[in-house]
Formats: sequence, structure tokens, C-alpha cells
Amino acid sequence: MTPRQRRVVLVVGILAGVSVAGALALRAFQENVMFFFDPSQVAGGEAPVDERFRLGGMVKPGTVERQPGSLDMRFVVTDFKRDVEVVYHGVVPDLFRENQGVVAHGRLGDNGVFTADEILAKHDENYMAPEVARAIKDKHGGVMPVDPKPPLTPKTVLPTP
Amino acid sequence: MLPEVGHFALILALVLAALQTFFGIAGPALGRERWQAAVAPAVFAQFVMVTIALVRLGAAFVRHDFSVEYVAQNSNAALPVMYRVAAIWGAHEGSLLLWSWILAAWTLAVALRSRSLPAHFAARVLGVLGVVSLGFYLFTLATSNPFLRLSPAPPDGRDLNPLLQDPALVAHPPMLYAGYVGFAVAFAFACAAMLEGKLDAAWARWTRPWTTIAWAFLSIGIALGSWWAYYELGWGGYWFWDPVENASFMPWLVGTALIHSLAVTEKRGLFKSWTLLLAILAFSLSLLGTFLVRSGVLVSVHSFAADPTRGLFILAFLIVMIGGSLALYAWRAPLLKSNAGFEFTSRESFLLFNNILLVVATATVFAGTMAPLISDALGLGTLSVGPQYFNPTFLLPVLPLLALVPVGIHSSWKKGRVGDKRGMLLTTLALGAVIALALMLGAYGGAMLLTPIGLGLGAWIMLSSLADPVDRWRRKLSQTPAIVGMALAHFGLGLFVLSISVVESYTLERDVALGVGDRAQLGRFEYRFDSIEPAQGPNWEGVRAKLTVTRDGEPNGVLYPEKRNYWVQRSVMTEAGIDMQPTRDVFAALGEDLGAGRWSVRAQVRPLINYVWFAAFLMALGGVIAATDRRYRTAREATATRATNEPTPTGGLPAPGAARIATGET
Repeated sequence: MTPRQRRVVLVVGILAGVSVAGALALRAFQENVMFFFDPSQVAGGEAPVDERFRLGGMVKPGTVERQPGSLDMRFVVTDFKRDVEVVYHGVVPDLFRENQGVVAHGRLGDNGVFTADEILAKHDENYMAPEVARAIKDKHGGVMPVDPKPPLTPKTVLPTP
Repeated sequence: MLPEVGHFALILALVLAALQTFFGIAGPALGRERWQAAVAPAVFAQFVMVTIALVRLGAAFVRHDFSVEYVAQNSNAALPVMYRVAAIWGAHEGSLLLWSWILAAWTLAVALRSRSLPAHFAARVLGVLGVVSLGFYLFTLATSNPFLRLSPAPPDGRDLNPLLQDPALVAHPPMLYAGYVGFAVAFAFACAAMLEGKLDAAWARWTRPWTTIAWAFLSIGIALGSWWAYYELGWGGYWFWDPVENASFMPWLVGTALIHSLAVTEKRGLFKSWTLLLAILAFSLSLLGTFLVRSGVLVSVHSFAADPTRGLFILAFLIVMIGGSLALYAWRAPLLKSNAGFEFTSRESFLLFNNILLVVATATVFAGTMAPLISDALGLGTLSVGPQYFNPTFLLPVLPLLALVPVGIHSSWKKGRVGDKRGMLLTTLALGAVIALALMLGAYGGAMLLTPIGLGLGAWIMLSSLADPVDRWRRKLSQTPAIVGMALAHFGLGLFVLSISVVESYTLERDVALGVGDRAQLGRFEYRFDSIEPAQGPNWEGVRAKLTVTRDGEPNGVLYPEKRNYWVQRSVMTEAGIDMQPTRDVFAALGEDLGAGRWSVRAQVRPLINYVWFAAFLMALGGVIAATDRRYRTAREATATRATNEPTPTGGLPAPGAARIATGET
């Protein structure tokens, strides 16, 4: 082979390799991306049944039920318009609390109950996942219907002597 | 007054950075030597000023000056002094100040070590670094000033985020930033070479140690972050493909490619424009990482407050830096042609494959990290990308990359003569396979398809990376830092692959509900919940449990996981109980009180997990050793001598003896 031919072979080989990798990556991407739905969308039948997705909203006060001494629990996620019931088995994060933002990963059953396999609540008392905040605000004319915690802007929360 | 001194020093640093930029870029362009000579003093003065600013902020923390808003937000009278110092970089404003200080330190180091560089080239390097400093000072002063006062001052502060009250926090951000910012030096060298329109082997030899050291810092920073997440977040994982983790991993991947491509540029004068592009890319990804973390577009466990004006500023800065450098590249890179051929199985080819595969791996991480942002911006729905995407797509380019490592490190420049080493390669491969089988059958039992591949590849890389130094030792040849460093770094890579394969294949985990006296089985391990008692620290109170672990009935470890309630921030923290042993970590984290006297407990057994971080440390150490190789020093001295003898050095590879003769003369 002349150096020119060799270079052509090399370039073609690299291009082929990169495109195969790209195609496989795209496939993995399509199969493994999780979409976000809020309780109104889920209750309205927009969310897929039997496909994993992210459900986000607020933990509705007074709905967290636990079998004493067991890891099984159920609670209701709300956007203050529609509610979705969630069942979960496992350890919940430190900041999982009533009236706090929560994101759950899992599947929706035929009965409309969401079975979560993972629950996320970040390590900040003021934290709310941006998609959750937006989903709730959208339903209430751009404002939060409740203000669970003061925002982290300094002047308002610092005690004055 | 004292915080104002810091504020004022920061403003002076901004002015000095502007002077540094102007003199550094305009001086050589207009041929004004006196302008050029003003660059280094500006660098020294700027470093002094930003150091004063950093020390003033630290003093405000140590002295509990809650009239400073940033201190009031991130400290508390009960906070131990170590965390008060670390709190300087515990939130947004202070971390930017730390960023600027580290950049000033790198710039100072370049100024001190560049006396032997051609003066106009050194001035340009420092000028480009000045642009970066300027951007960060402007950003800090305009949107994120840590010296703002509160009036009236609150009696006490809001405390540091409890998650950050950990010894690893003291080291993780500075290390990470030292790596991020260190790539600015490689970037500045690349831009200076493009401004000069000349790039030779000497350029690569100057750039290599800087890049390698920055890469080593970044490796340690990432490893520390992973270790911290493992024991502090209470989830027991060590890598989550979280956007902020990816933001630090992408510059690392491109930086790894850059180190290897620089080797080709130094030894063979090839890949010149590619090397420049990688240097631009590595620093651009560092800036992008800063943008992702600081702007609040991504919310993750690591990122602090979100603020759109900050995001906009960083985005504009990003566009100026990346756009500017790429425009410079488009204009100047065609000048830097290299004409030399190489054979298909030569070292050049293997390093080319290394570069392509690393860049492809970076691209897959990039796609997964940016997809949620892009989809959101285009209104295509809110989506998230998790390990299910990252794990397979990342392995796709990385597995062939790993398989090429043992062959590549024993190939020769220019000519493909892998055949000479065939015996050694096959022997180590066979040994690697034996080790993999022994681990699977003897120690851990059956596994998935990828397990033998990962174990075998890891063992093969480890063994074959030692072949060179062992061979030299047997033949009583001297060991140069370059050889030892390279062997150590690749040995570390092999250990990393092997240990991560074991961790991923053989980790046992289970969430259980346990009351006092209850037992839970986890493979051959048994956890017994002995007690749970109240516990107290300087700024928290909580409970501490005691769990005894046995393996096949034999005592294996005692764990004390804690649940802490930090008073000031009213936040609950999980402090995992971990028993570390050479072969495995036994881990327990307390969940919550489930009622009926039982607690939820996350129990995990992770074999060889500590070797993952140790391996990262070995890689970094290898890099540092390689960067101390004599030829970088002698090359510098040689160039300096030549530069004084003949005003325009011709470039290209100096004769092997030239360096020694030159040093002999001085």
C-alpha cells in the first residue's frame, strides 16, 4: 500500500469506528433516558405505563404511612392540583419530609399507583428540584401556592440583634 | 476595616491583571521590550494582592466576623477552626476567590520558571493567563464579592453546610481547582504558540511538565471527591455520573489525551495542530465545568446557589475564551504543518488511537451531560440521563483503549516493531488471565460477562507496565523519572481497572429494617444491630448505632454509623459507619427510625474499593515523577543558552548532546 492508500484506510477505519460507537451510544441514549412528569400529567394519563420515569412534586402533608418497623411505605405526591400515590420499599433520604419537594424514579402501575425504586431529596432544606418547582408554579400562575421555607437570600433569614 | 482591605486588594489585583494582559500581548506584538519586561512584576504584584484578599477572608472566618455576609452565611460560632478555614471555599463567592488565587499561583510559577524561555514567548504566555485572571476578577467583583458587609451584623452565623464539614472538604476543592486551573497554563502555552506562529519540540518540552502536573492535581481532586461522596453522602456509591462529577471528568479525559499527544509532538514533531486543539479543549471543558457548577443550570448535590446573572456572565466569558481561542486556531494552526510519516504499528499510531478513543469517550460523557440542558432549552421535555446510559456508552470506547495500552506502551517510535516484544506481551497477557481466573474462582465466585474482561485487562496492564523498569533493573541500566513515572501511572491505571471491576461485580448491598439484637445476612457476612445511643458533637446532636459484622461466623468488624442533627441549619446528616480492611470495606448507614424500635439500615460490602482511589493516587504520582524528568530542565537550560547565543532559535529537536554541552558551559 502506498502511504496515501494507508492514510485513506486509516481515516475510513476511524470514521467507521466512530459512527458505530455513535449509533450504539444513540441507542443506549434512547433506551435509557428518563422523562419527568408531574402529578397532573400522571393523573391526566400523559405518563407512560410500565416505563421508568421521574415523578416530582411535593410530599402531601399527612399522607406518609409506614408499617411500623418495616421498610414499606406509601405517600402522596402532589402539585396542589392533582395527586399521585407512591409506594416504596427501602431507605429514604435524610431530607424526605412532608411538605418538601421530592423526585421519585419508578414505574406507574395499571391501578394508577406509582412504584418507586429510588427516592431523591437533596441535602438542603431549601432545595427543590427545578423541574418540580416549575411544574408546581406553572399550575398556579407562576407562584408557589405554599412557601415551605424562606429562600436562601441572605437578608431575609439572618437574625438581627 | 479588614474585609475592606481584602476587597481593595482584589480590585488592585484586577487592575494588575489588566496590565499583565496588555503588556503581555501588546508588548511582543509591537516589539516593545520594556512593555514585555513589565509583565513579570505585574504577575508578582497580582499574586501578592490576591493572597491578601484570600488571607483577609480567612481571617474574617477565623475571627467570627459575622458582619461579613459571606461569613455569616457559611460559618458559626460553634464551627471548629479547621472548617472555618475550609469554609473560605465552602460556597460560591469564596470558591471563586480560591479559583483566582490558584490561577495567580500557577501564573507566578510560570513567571518564575520561565526566565529561561524566550522573553517574547514568556510574555505572551503570561498575557494569555492575564486574560483568564481578568475574567475571573471581573466575575468575582461584579457578581460574587465575598467581602460584602451586613448591617447590622447578626450575632451568629448560619453555619457551614454540614455536608461540607468533613476533612476531605479541606483538600478536595483546592486539588480540583489546581487541576482545572492548571490546564489554563497549557492553554496559554498553546495560544502563545499560535500568536508566535511557531511550534517546535522545545515548545512541547516546556508544556509537558505543566500539563502533567495539572493533570495529576485533577486526578487527586476527582479521587478525593469520589471518596468523600462515598463516606459522606451516606449512599455508599463512589461515582454517580452526576453532572458536576462529569464536569470534572471531561477535562481529565481530554487532559489525558493531551499528555499523550504532547509526547508525540515532543518526540516526533507530529500532531501539532491536534495538540493545540486538545489544549484549547481541555481548558474550555474546565471553564464549562465551572459554568455548569456555578451558574446553577444544573442542580446536583455539589452545586451551590443558582443565580442567572452569574450564569450569563460565565457563559459570555466562556464564549469569549473558547470562541477567541478557536478563531486564533483557525487563523494560525495551518501555519504549523508537520511532515513526517509513521507506520501503522508504531507508537505514533497507538497514541493516535489513544487520543481518538479518549475524545470519543469525552464526547459520550458530554452528550449525556448536556442532553437534559439542550432538551430543556428546546422545549422537548425534561429528561434525565443516568448510569444506564453512561456505563455502556463510556465502556464502548474505553475497553478497546485499555486493550491497546499494554501493546502501545511497548511499541517503538516511527517503525512498527511490536514483534520484538511479542513474548513479553503474551506472557503478561497469560499471567493476567491466570490472575483474573484465580480472583474469580478462588476469591469471589461467579460473575458477569464483563468481570473476566475487566480483571484480565487490569492485570495485563499492571504486569506489562512493569516490564520496562524490571528489564532495566535486570540489565543494571539507570531508571529515569520518565520511565518510572510512566510505568507507575500505567500500573495505577491497571490497578484502577482491576479494582473497579471487582467492586462493580462483587458488591453486596441490602436495605434492611433492624431493631436491637436483630441480624441480617449479606452474602457470607452477617450484620448484628447491637445498640443505638444518643451522641453529641460541637455543633450537632444525634444518635450513634453499633453494629457487629461477622463473616462465616468469625468477627469481621464493628461499625458505628451516626445520624446527626445540625442545630443551626436544622439539617439531618448520615455519617456512615465503615470498617476499612485491605481486602474489603464493610459499610452501614442509618436510615430513619421506622417505629416499633427498628431503624432502616443500608448495609454494603465492597471488596477492594479503596484500591480504586489508591490507583488514582498512583496515576497522579506517576505523572508528578515523570514531570520531574531531567530533560525538561536541561532542555530549558539549553534553550536559554541558545537563546542568548543566537537571538532566533531555529527550533526542532536539539542534538542529544547539546543539552549537556550547554549546561556544561554555564
